[in-house]
Amino acid sequence: MTRPRRRALRAAGAGAAALLALSACSSSSDSDSTAAGSDASDRLSGEVTVFAAASLKESFTTLGKEFEKQHPGTKVTFSFGGSDSLAASITGGAAPADVFAAASPKTMAIVTDAGDASGTPTTFVRNQLEIATLPGNPDRISSLKDLTKSGLKVVLCDESVPCGAAAQKALGATRLKLTPVSYEQDVKSALTKVELKEADAALVYKTDVKAAGDKVEGVDFPESADALNDYPIALLRDAPNAEAAKAFIDLVKSAEGQKVLTGAGFLAP
Amino acid sequence: MTETLKGGPRRGRLRKGTRGVPLPLLVPALAGLAFLVLPLIALLVRTPWRTLPDQLTSPEVWEALRLSLFCATAATALSLVIGVPLAWLLARTDFPGRRLVRALVTLPLVLPPVVGGVALLLALGRNGVVGQWLDSWFGITLPFTTAGVVLAETFVAMPFLVISVEGTLRAADPRYEEAATTLGASRFTAFRRVTLPLIAQGIAAGAVLAWARALGEFGATITFAGNFPGRTQTMPLAVYLALQNDPAAAIALSLVLLAVSIAVLVGLRDRWMTAS
Repeated sequence: MTRPRRRALRAAGAGAAALLALSACSSSSDSDSTAAGSDASDRLSGEVTVFAAASLKESFTTLGKEFEKQHPGTKVTFSFGGSDSLAASITGGAAPADVFAAASPKTMAIVTDAGDASGTPTTFVRNQLEIATLPGNPDRISSLKDLTKSGLKVVLCDESVPCGAAAQKALGATRLKLTPVSYEQDVKSALTKVELKEADAALVYKTDVKAAGDKVEGVDFPESADALNDYPIALLRDAPNAEAAKAFIDLVKSAEGQKVLTGAGFLAP
Repeated sequence: MTETLKGGPRRGRLRKGTRGVPLPLLVPALAGLAFLVLPLIALLVRTPWRTLPDQLTSPEVWEALRLSLFCATAATALSLVIGVPLAWLLARTDFPGRRLVRALVTLPLVLPPVVGGVALLLALGRNGVVGQWLDSWFGITLPFTTAGVVLAETFVAMPFLVISVEGTLRAADPRYEEAATTLGASRFTAFRRVTLPLIAQGIAAGAVLAWARALGEFGATITFAGNFPGRTQTMPLAVYLALQNDPAAAIALSLVLLAVSIAVLVGLRDRWMTAS
């Protein structure tokens, strides 16, 4: 190979590597939603596509398996993600989904306002904030006020996401001045900062504390009762498999479904 | 890139030859251009021009922009200080495992930036492999600080500089340096007086690339340094969070970032990258 040719190849290689790196920085949604192309008209069968808030991942996966067991021939496909981006893909018409379960009435309103829901959404669970501390609670945090101690590194969710709005609501009731080190982009990254011991405490949901196991310790605080987060669920207007979708929503609202959800740390509505 | 930088005398000929562009090259070239420019045009089309002045006069926007420019510039400076010697090492010396080292240097290019941020936390965080000693010996903690933003951006942007400079070094004739050392210069003097002037344009090109990458950095920054206005909230972070509940504000912010980066890149290209 001649020298200029090799040089050109090398330049092309560097260019390709640069392209790769640039494309890698765009975020990607973690689960894919395969098209639910079934047209089951009579018996329950075919695929049910459920769009659900990320915090429902563990409990809904369990309920999905239960549903498939109760109705052989059905398959429940989930797409978990931030409620706002799920709502955007539903109103954008990009995704053929049957059910939408959101983490806040505000994100559900995006779908209902666009006329994409069938009927009125119902609240099926509520989520409460909790203080997540390091294992063993070495800083002896027992109230919201303790979080304002100097030298303590606290992370909150950004006000633009539901957990941050709830945190501001709870703090607003106390008139405490809490300056965090960071406003995180979602509840999981706020929790991660405590799990990695980079922050001393975070305001997250009870369900997140529970899911994190013994990597963090949860501390209840009374003000969280004023900032409960409602989770609405709704059947979608263009649901390809409305019958099975209704049955899934019924399962979520049933005593059995509520048991799974409260087991994960949710509160009954 | 090395081709255009090195091929100074030949460029005049290339530039004139636009008459007979073969169709199999022209069509995909135009498609490529359209693909890159179309999203930017869409951004302009959907910009809420009427409310734009209100969006842009908020102090938060300028705070985020100032922080972005400062951090990207600092990250580029840091990349130059440690990246150029690294490129020289890779291009001009031979040591066992050099191929492996080069692969390691380019690793941050393929690593998802969020993973890079987590890795930085595990290394330099308060509880990290190295970070715990920084904390207990010097009282330095890097996460949630502006220094943390600079480090995260450097981690992601420096490989661009190293690759670019290494390519230029390999294309440059080593005999000039050899002549200098034969005439009695030390290897460092030869690097400083002969090599550096020889590859200045490659360094400039790499620095511009690294700066642009650092300016747009999101994943590693928010993971390692968090998000606090005025301290660690750079423009890409502000854009992302605005997108959650106010897409119009997000578009306005993107526009500012876009305008500033275009202005800087055009300015730098004219000054450094085309004069030869």
